[in-house]
Amino acid sequence: MDNKLLEIKNLSVQYITSDSVVKAVNNISLTIGRGESLGLVGETGAGKTTTALSIMQLIPNPPGKIVNGEIILENVDLIKSSKKELTKIRGNKISMIFQDPMTSLNPVITIGEQIAEVIRLHNKLSKAKANIKAVEMLELVGISEERFTDYPHQLSGGMKQRVVIAIALACRPELIIADEPTTALDVTIQAQVLDLMEKLKKDLNTSLLLITHDLGVVAEVCDKAAIMYSGEIVEYGTLEHIYRNTKHPYTIGLFDSIPKFSENVKRLKPIKGLMPDPSNLPDGCNFASRCPYKIEKCTKGDIPVFEVEEGHFVKCIKYDSKEGV
Amino acid sequence: MSTLLEVNNLKKYFKTAKGMLHAVDDVTFKIDKGKTLGVVGESGCGKSTLGRTIIQLHEPTEGQVIFEGKEITNMTKREFDSVRPQMQMIFQDPYSSINPRMSVAQIISEPLIIYKRFNNNKDMIKEVAKLMDTVGLASRLANSYPHELDGGRRQRIGVARALSLNPKFIVCDEPVSALDVSIQAQILNLMQDLQDERNLTYLFITHDLSVVKHISDHILVMYLGNMVEFASSEDMFKSRLHPYTKALLAAVPIPELGAKKERKLLKGEIASPINPKPGCRFAARCDFARDLCYEKQPEFKEVHEKHFVACQYVKEINNI
Repeated sequence: MDNKLLEIKNLSVQYITSDSVVKAVNNISLTIGRGESLGLVGETGAGKTTTALSIMQLIPNPPGKIVNGEIILENVDLIKSSKKELTKIRGNKISMIFQDPMTSLNPVITIGEQIAEVIRLHNKLSKAKANIKAVEMLELVGISEERFTDYPHQLSGGMKQRVVIAIALACRPELIIADEPTTALDVTIQAQVLDLMEKLKKDLNTSLLLITHDLGVVAEVCDKAAIMYSGEIVEYGTLEHIYRNTKHPYTIGLFDSIPKFSENVKRLKPIKGLMPDPSNLPDGCNFASRCPYKIEKCTKGDIPVFEVEEGHFVKCIKYDSKEGV
Repeated sequence: MSTLLEVNNLKKYFKTAKGMLHAVDDVTFKIDKGKTLGVVGESGCGKSTLGRTIIQLHEPTEGQVIFEGKEITNMTKREFDSVRPQMQMIFQDPYSSINPRMSVAQIISEPLIIYKRFNNNKDMIKEVAKLMDTVGLASRLANSYPHELDGGRRQRIGVARALSLNPKFIVCDEPVSALDVSIQAQILNLMQDLQDERNLTYLFITHDLSVVKHISDHILVMYLGNMVEFASSEDMFKSRLHPYTKALLAAVPIPELGAKKERKLLKGEIASPINPKPGCRFAARCDFARDLCYEKQPEFKEVHEKHFVACQYVKEINNI
């Protein structure tokens, strides 16, 4: 496909400490096309943020290490890139929006300056010109020019997140990685920020990797979704595949756990048990101990990925066509 | 059905350097025995302060709280001591609401020791084991410390501690907000089972509207310390009447395809609760606001049977 922007192939990331090896991400592969948005969904500890940090090459090393795989952005393998090359790519081609706007801004620099700083870092512009561009960015995210000289503490949570978005978009990146961008915000403010992101994405044709635990947010913003569970992508496909033709037992369990708006359910159906310890993963399928469909084969060897319909991938032997289960 | 808790014109103001902060302003409601009242609103709407003021963790500025027919707001400390065990609280953050230096068994037994429920240690250990079993904590964890446990198990400790004195009423302040959905569902089911078994009454505070719909019998929506709408859970989700409730519900992302409706964005942000201006506190963000909304505080009145709304133009907005 020509339209491929980012491709992750067989990525594995581990955090190696003196007494254990934490397998945070295990052999995942995914692609993001131009202008496409992919939702990466999973619970705490599933490896979502580690995946995002690997793309940015920001895994703290030590203890973190990319042990295997390729991350290809427009024919360049980011894992093999030099520091200098990466500095050019970060903020310019890929930028990241973090979860907590209260801690991702510098509290002692005005918001205008923080936006101008990014612009000047990647473009040869005078301070005055960069400031003009920064004002434009502020207006783009719906903050008036007068707030240019405000410090982060003078803004509300929603406005801070807008500033973070303005910084991320300042150099017109091709890919934005948003790590739980609205989790810290109230629903009405979340709706405003999601609306803004969607609009900007459409106008600028930016690709988006949205990391979240909220399947509702994914349904509103994304084109595709990948469900992560203990370091692996267990199901991957278009929203139609994931929401209407849910296949993996974990994804099914996830949907069943959410209290529904549209119907009245007396009791929720939680997934029993807990996610396995990433420093001591079981043989076979990581979800097996919690899975209602477990068979003997689930606890042995590697579980292959099956394409159940075009573009819909499931990592579960239940869908092995040879088995005919 | 008998009323367990009655709150009348409850107010809680805090003195700040900038003026009076109206955290809870004139809140009135009743909860029947064995029922759940869900309190929803965004950060800063006063829902947590309301919960804390009801169980007397804050002294109310004005108003009454009546528990089982007795007014607790004018009790002396000693009188209140006999009521306190019947009103307990489950906190939001299972990481900061339990003492990291105490073992699971110590945390759960602490209320029993304070209220001298047992005079011999053996019986108490038995009771703790029973409580742990009730909330689904394995007995081998009795001597573990909180840092060894995950969020879901920690919240189970919080639930066990709240249950230890056999209360009638529990204030649950965002008990599942810090948990992943699969664990959240486990805790919600546990709380429902406990309610059925023990006829517990809950005041369930949350910002998550799908959770509140699932667990509540009645729902109270708050905005900047004021009551905005009160109705049965079913009514609220079938026909919400206040413009704020409508916007709040419309803003929730729904995990279904094609659920995307015409999203009506609420403009602006929540105003400051310090020295609020007269009039409707939601007026500045409301599409229907007129001059009167900025002048006169709307009355909280019954629009349908048992469906209360604080909006002057509720009839026009909803064509009733």
